[in-house]
Amino acid sequence: MPLLGYIQNMVFFTVPLGKLVRRVSRLRGGGSALPGLVVEKIDPGFMRRTLTTLPHGVAVVSGTNGKTTTTKMVVELLESQGLKVFTNRTGSNFTRGVAAALLGEVDWRGRLDADVAVLELDEAHAVHFVNSVPPRYCLLLNVLRDQLDRFGEIDKTAQLLQQIAAKTTGTVVLNREDPRVARIADTLTGQEVKYFGLDHSLLGTFPNDDDMRAAPGSPAPAALPEKPAADVVLRKVGADSAEFEYDGGTVTTAMKLRGVYNIFNAAAALTLARSICGAGAATADHATLLEALSRVAPAFGRGESLTVEGQPLDLVLVKNPSGFRLGLKSFPAAGYATMIAINDNYADGRDMSWLWDVEFDSLREGGVDVLTGSRAYDMALRLQYDQVPVGAVETDIPAALAAFVREGRGKPKRIFCTYTAMLAIRRELSKITTVEVVS
Amino acid sequence: MNQAEAAATDGRSKGTIRVVQLYPRDMNIYGDWGNALVLQRRIQWHGYTPELLEYNVGDPFPEDVDIIVGGGGQDSGQLVIQDDLQARAGQLKDLAEDGAPMLVICGLYQLFGRFFKTRTGAVIPGIGILDVETHGTDERLIGNVKVSTQEFGEVLGYENHSGQTTLGTGVRPLGTVPKGTGNNSNDGHEGARYRNIVASYLHGSLLPKNPAIADFLIRTAAERKFGSFSPGNPDDTYALLAREHAGRRPR
Repeated sequence: MPLLGYIQNMVFFTVPLGKLVRRVSRLRGGGSALPGLVVEKIDPGFMRRTLTTLPHGVAVVSGTNGKTTTTKMVVELLESQGLKVFTNRTGSNFTRGVAAALLGEVDWRGRLDADVAVLELDEAHAVHFVNSVPPRYCLLLNVLRDQLDRFGEIDKTAQLLQQIAAKTTGTVVLNREDPRVARIADTLTGQEVKYFGLDHSLLGTFPNDDDMRAAPGSPAPAALPEKPAADVVLRKVGADSAEFEYDGGTVTTAMKLRGVYNIFNAAAALTLARSICGAGAATADHATLLEALSRVAPAFGRGESLTVEGQPLDLVLVKNPSGFRLGLKSFPAAGYATMIAINDNYADGRDMSWLWDVEFDSLREGGVDVLTGSRAYDMALRLQYDQVPVGAVETDIPAALAAFVREGRGKPKRIFCTYTAMLAIRRELSKITTVEVVS
Repeated sequence: MNQAEAAATDGRSKGTIRVVQLYPRDMNIYGDWGNALVLQRRIQWHGYTPELLEYNVGDPFPEDVDIIVGGGGQDSGQLVIQDDLQARAGQLKDLAEDGAPMLVICGLYQLFGRFFKTRTGAVIPGIGILDVETHGTDERLIGNVKVSTQEFGEVLGYENHSGQTTLGTGVRPLGTVPKGTGNNSNDGHEGARYRNIVASYLHGSLLPKNPAIADFLIRTAAERKFGSFSPGNPDDTYALLAREHAGRRPR
């Protein structure tokens, strides 16, 4: 019998072997997915076997924008209710990342000490995952124009989310305000459907891709039929507070999260957490839920604020036109030194077209101090056409960051950056301030 | 045109050039706004007055069109515009034959051709202005592209399409592809040229990093409308640097 076949028959050894690979791979400073890959090859049933033992099942969070922060919120909300939650915190939102995270958590016999799993999954990988582990819950956030060169087209992405919903056995939580997501409800038969929604007055701050380019005077896209009732509705957003409506009442809570889109995702997280608690996992206690919500800090790079030379430095991750536009809207430029870092690696999206779907008028008055990244000159060209003054252009990120910190001394700073540019910036910042480096 | 733009060009304008975006609501998937914006600004930088209009499904077709620009869409967008496009085929064909400059990218490039045959065999009729045909495939052609052209020098952009287009004898290719795939995975050609139409699969957006094509459209429009074109002096420093850096990026 070939060696691998022999090992495959010894499922018994999966966990110790996987844990060993995990240790070795950590010593080598390797990525988080390799041990997951090894386990997947040797024992394809490992993930399903382990996750199906959880008393309250698995919840999958997917969509193009905001998965990381939303997943973090759901986890913290459930933990506030006394639940033990397994999640894929390492930011490895592929199936192998989940397997790798599981290896870190199970005991040597492969048992997972948790009540429920909340997993952030990339749209395409989520489909692969749910085919192997049907989730009890799923939360589908949005379908924005994100890295279309990876998934092809928006409608295709919506189909991926539909497949996740179809495999869900219990409750499907949908964004009522994103037509491509809300329409998924029509395709479902057995599942319970719950929505999270926005107050009418806030809809304008969430342009979707369909009306992105609709100029004043051009006909509005066909109105959706009567909107369904939502379990949780975000009513108002204040400077550091938010007002939510659920169970027929309205509550105002302080919020550490910044950016209106993060706070909308808080409504999504509340809806999912309430569903899981409501299904008997725990008695949802409103006071502790809201307190937990008010304490949630943003996931790395999602509107996170660091301190550099006594001044705040905000990192705003931008990865698609809607996210960039919301970022510009949520964080006004006045009084801030601004830097924009655009890379075009696979994780950033390789097609620069998306920069042309963002309007930069709001930066015109103060200009942009520094542009950097492999596509810094594409950004400079974009800003030229929106008549936004540009200070320096330096494709090398460490050099650009040093100049930005030096020139912007005494001023609060903000950096809009794509994914890999953000990783590079964090590495550099970690040399001069406290910052969690994620690789 | 807003008031600020009117004021900026007031008195000194060499004349108005009217640009019509075809179906921006349904066919704008890869930064096609960038092409319209570049035309708008460069018309101004050349000393003319830009007028940017949208044409969407069901709108009355604008009069006195000087430049037409159209973009890419997903399958659903193409279905929405299909009937309306057929209804406008005659007007668009007359404009094309009369020498009106046009830029059609990706989805509208395909629909300006004779037909698009999908993978399942369904045939979506085009409006036949361009002698090209497109066949849907399972292969998606994605990545940076470099095109060598005689007219516009090196053209840079990004492709992302699964339809493969073959040119007939009535059109010539925009150029050949030293990097990337272009029209199809066989003949090494990208885009199509017919009268004053530039058709291409490239976004990025196309015009910002290829000002030679933008200026061709503007010059042709001015000559057609006023008999001559007197260029201004746009600052293309960033365009040149962006081209240099983009050209070095991997496929």
